[in-house]
Amino acid sequence: MKKAITVTGLHKAFGRTHALDGLDLAVEAGEVHGFLGPNGAGKSTTIRVLLGLLRADSGGAQLLGKDPWRDAVELHRRLAYVPGDVELWPNLTGGEAIDLLAKLRGGLDLRRRDELIDRFDLDPTKKGRAYSKGNRQKVAIVAALASDAELLLLDEPTSGLDPLMEVVFQDVILQARAAGKTVLLSSHILAQVEKLCDRVSIVRQGRTVQSGTLGEMRHFTRTNVEAETERPATGLDAMSGVHELRVTDRRVNFAVDGAHLDAAIRRLGEFGIRSLISHPPTLEELMLRHYGDELGSNGRAAQGDTGSPVADGGVAR
Amino acid sequence: MTSTVTPLDVSGRSAPARIVPDAFTGTGTLVRFGLRRDRVRMSLWLLALTLGTLITAAQYKTLYSTPEERAAAVSSMDSPAALAMTGPRHYLSDYTAGAMLGHQMLGFMAVLVGLMSVLIVTRHTRDEEETGRAELVRSTVVGHHAQLASALALAAVANLALALLLALGLTTTGIDGIGPGGALLYGLTHAAIGLVFAGVAAVTAQITAHTRGASGMALAVIGVAYVLRASGDVGDDALSWLSPIGWIQRTYVFVDNRWWPLGLCLVLAALTAAYGFVLSTRRDVGAGLRAARLGRRTASDALTRPFGFALRLHRATLLGFGAGLCLMGVMYGSILGEAADMVKDIDQIQEALARIGGSTVAESFASMVMVVVAVVAAVYVVMAALRPRAEENAGRAEPLLATGLSRDRWLGGHVAVALAGGTVLMVLAGLSFGLSGAASAGDGDLVLELVGAAAAYAPALWVTVGVAVLLFGWFPRAGVAAWIVPVYAFLVGYLGPILQLPDWTKNLSPFGHVPQLPAAGMNWTPLLVLTAVAAGLILLGLAGFRRRDLDTK
Repeated sequence: MKKAITVTGLHKAFGRTHALDGLDLAVEAGEVHGFLGPNGAGKSTTIRVLLGLLRADSGGAQLLGKDPWRDAVELHRRLAYVPGDVELWPNLTGGEAIDLLAKLRGGLDLRRRDELIDRFDLDPTKKGRAYSKGNRQKVAIVAALASDAELLLLDEPTSGLDPLMEVVFQDVILQARAAGKTVLLSSHILAQVEKLCDRVSIVRQGRTVQSGTLGEMRHFTRTNVEAETERPATGLDAMSGVHELRVTDRRVNFAVDGAHLDAAIRRLGEFGIRSLISHPPTLEELMLRHYGDELGSNGRAAQGDTGSPVADGGVAR
Repeated sequence: MTSTVTPLDVSGRSAPARIVPDAFTGTGTLVRFGLRRDRVRMSLWLLALTLGTLITAAQYKTLYSTPEERAAAVSSMDSPAALAMTGPRHYLSDYTAGAMLGHQMLGFMAVLVGLMSVLIVTRHTRDEEETGRAELVRSTVVGHHAQLASALALAAVANLALALLLALGLTTTGIDGIGPGGALLYGLTHAAIGLVFAGVAAVTAQITAHTRGASGMALAVIGVAYVLRASGDVGDDALSWLSPIGWIQRTYVFVDNRWWPLGLCLVLAALTAAYGFVLSTRRDVGAGLRAARLGRRTASDALTRPFGFALRLHRATLLGFGAGLCLMGVMYGSILGEAADMVKDIDQIQEALARIGGSTVAESFASMVMVVVAVVAAVYVVMAALRPRAEENAGRAEPLLATGLSRDRWLGGHVAVALAGGTVLMVLAGLSFGLSGAASAGDGDLVLELVGAAAAYAPALWVTVGVAVLLFGWFPRAGVAAWIVPVYAFLVGYLGPILQLPDWTKNLSPFGHVPQLPAAGMNWTPLLVLTAVAAGLILLGLAGFRRRDLDTK
């Protein structure tokens, strides 16, 4: 497959802050790629380098086969961008801002614009200062999707949108994917990423810590197993790949590495399984595994390896 | 702060002027917080205003130490042009160094002190609301009048501190004719006029939802007050009595030391401030009194082009400055005829005119007006040329530059508006000055002559744009330094002749190289050089912007 975005060893410092510290990113043409990471991980900085708004200190970045800094204007005609914090001109209406942004991008599909305004339930006659945060985001989303861009760079595009609009957004992105467009989606809404993204990259402190499909990622992490057996299960603690084993009478709880799942379940079968609940790690758990030490340093126990980090409030949805 | 809970005032809108006891809760905390925020800004203002006054006073002492020198100063000041730029004629009756200070400095200091007060008030009221910070503050235990009250208190602190500094500073200089009583009155005139304009800003901050609009409206009031006193001091005294700047000048400080005009100022300040409080209860936090209107559903073709888009953003400022400069032109034009009549018999002036190059009184007056007009246009030009920086800081450049719009074209649009806007403003001012001057002096040739004289300043304005663009491209954080150009041009153009500054000070300013039409002859060389310098600066600035990071939020 052709690469839409290739980033290798990207470095960018602002004074003494190293926003990007050797970040890698590869996005295939035609996929929706999730870009995950905590605040300040360098997601927005990466996107701004890709837009040619910031110049990287070192490392390589290619967008649709071109240099994002040198060929910025040419590239911008083929892509659309939605920032996470949309600022509008106070005395321009939303409709004017949409037209302005879409036309400057090089083409505005009037029918598509009206359809999107309708679907997102946006009043385009209000002045920029009168819009709420969510409505400002809608203006940028409509402007981005109303022009025929082949690549969409979305930096937390739905921050401030209500759940209904979130559904509309997901629908619109799936349509864009079906139309063969490439999407880089930076997001904190993990359900959105799980639903939309073919592959994800997780970044932390300016570096990519993991990249792949959700399936691949899950395989490398632990599955949580909760079972009730006829006889108390024994011997599981001796097995490799089994963690956090808790046996209380006939109930057993443990987490097992993807590669050892088969062996663990076989062993469990020997004691007569009455009920079995197993669930693959959620994206939240995957994320927490990578940020575990960060939470730890914030005064929380490392949650990455445990079964129910969400109940602990480790991640805010 | 107390932990009182203000009950929800459901009838608040129907009984707007009622002030509940808790309405000022938290004012003290906000004042201390404001002082903390403004400690550098305010100190710089106070320092600049105090030092400016003391240096000027010291200059008067050395330049006009003998009675003969003072008599010469009186005769050079006794012209309509000079009176329009300074103050009422009565000061000339006893023209000591103190009287010179009251006569030549008060009017112009009133504008600066007014500017300081307006900026303090809008910064702590409307700007807080516009950025949304007020919402956060108002959600705490803070009464609904606390923010305006604290802003006014901050303005009062600044103004009283200035009064004290001036009084102490002037007393210690030990200049003849400057006694402690007069020095105190001189300081307090500044505080009084500052409070008046703080009150005006308290009103304008309620009317519009924009900081820029609120400051602009208050500055327009200062402008009108200045123009009224200028017309009154040259012609009909009654006009000056309509202006608070005229009031403080009529304390005749260091001459008669009248205190009662300060009372007028205090009453006006109290009335305007109270009106501001009343108006503030008639609107929501973050909103203006004028309801936001709906607008166009789609963009016009012009808006989607860089120049048209930039013009749209600059439109309101450009219209405001256009109206102001036209007013100035008409006002100065209307006294042009009198100017010619009044000074016919004064020898010194005739000699001075002969030195410039055999021009008429009206022409020399016109040249002087041009300097002032050009400085005002330069203020617009700097505001316009710094607009890209404001857009960048507000995060509004980012989405545009992520489209097919190149950095050159985006910045170019703003620069083009600044260049063309400055030129149009000069021509407009020249035209209104020329038309009204031709009518008052009965000389039709003045129209074209004055339009030409005004247009000759365009290259100097372009250089000003160039300085701002250069800073924007290479040292964006130092963009405010571009204000040095109009401020310096003003100081040299306005105070230069009074303080008899050497010629090289004038040459540092692009405005110093413009031929002083119509009093002096036309000289194309400096204009061409200025244009070339402007082009070079702009190109350099564009190149710098092409290669730097965009500042993002």
